[in-house]
Amino acid sequence: MSGTIDVSVWRGGAEGSLRRYSVPEQESQTVLDVVTYIQRHLDPTLSYRFACRVGMCGSCAMTVNGVARWTCRTHVRKVVSRERLELRPLANLPVIKDLVTDMTAFFEKWTRAKGAFVPAASPPADFAKVPPASREREAASAGIECIGCGVCYASCDVVAWNPDYLGPAALNRAWTLVNDVRDAGNRERLGAVAGDAGCHACHSHRSCVERCPKALDPTGSIAGLKRATARALLRGEL
Amino acid sequence: MTARAEAWLWIVQRATAAVLAVAVAVHLATIIYAVHTGLSAAAVLARTQGNPWWLGFYLVFVLAAALHAGVGLRTILREMTPWRGPSLDGAAACASLFLLIMGWRAAIGLFA
Repeated sequence: MSGTIDVSVWRGGAEGSLRRYSVPEQESQTVLDVVTYIQRHLDPTLSYRFACRVGMCGSCAMTVNGVARWTCRTHVRKVVSRERLELRPLANLPVIKDLVTDMTAFFEKWTRAKGAFVPAASPPADFAKVPPASREREAASAGIECIGCGVCYASCDVVAWNPDYLGPAALNRAWTLVNDVRDAGNRERLGAVAGDAGCHACHSHRSCVERCPKALDPTGSIAGLKRATARALLRGEL
Repeated sequence: MTARAEAWLWIVQRATAAVLAVAVAVHLATIIYAVHTGLSAAAVLARTQGNPWWLGFYLVFVLAAALHAGVGLRTILREMTPWRGPSLDGAAACASLFLLIMGWRAAIGLFA
């Protein structure tokens, strides 16, 4: 446990290269600890993003030894291979500098997928009653713990092939709202998530499910959207 | 193409896949039977000519295959190449139409 880790870190923007650092190993060390060590002790010009350090904020995701992960909750021991770590920015997003990606497109797609709650035109007379065991509530609950880290988006083959594809996180968000009985925007939402750039483009590779640090099931959510849009289409409501 | 039209393509793709799952199995079983029992072309024609069941089967099979191939080619080309838009949609429709005409011609040839 008292050795060093050979860490290669992406430096630069879209064009750049890996630079190697030697970081001392520590007990219960996370990948984010390693990056912070490099910036504080070895190279203050290294750029990376983090905030909460406890797996809530979704800002510290990076590519660790080829796999997108939340670095604050990823122990070095679990991912290090032959005392080596390779850290790159998330895939499928433009690199700003070093380990920082531009997530604008990722969050714009949440907007395009109508990921915001739409209230009814007139205020309801009473509180909506949502039984916790209802099908809709359980479907929504299964998807709402997303922290917006972008790991699924970086892991998705369809996003890599089709830059217009809304991606697992935005579609998962749309699915939670489709199941919100108080929401009044579903007709428009289902139109927004249908088609070549939406839920119908998903190949069900399930990389998002495999990699989601919150153990969500975006593929399942997207399958739900496929069923919901098909029903709406056959009813003439799409 | 509108989201509505694209959603229809998806339903067509799923529905034709369901038809093809059965049709391909029947088709393969028929081929294996014909080869193993050493049926000649004339013997095969004797079974299919004037048989409305085989005609119906192959008309449906060809329709499903033609639609499935066109929609699938469009999707694959959109994913693997930068080709998009009406020219791609038109080319995919032409591919479907070509397969449909050739396939139905063959099916009718077996019947007539």
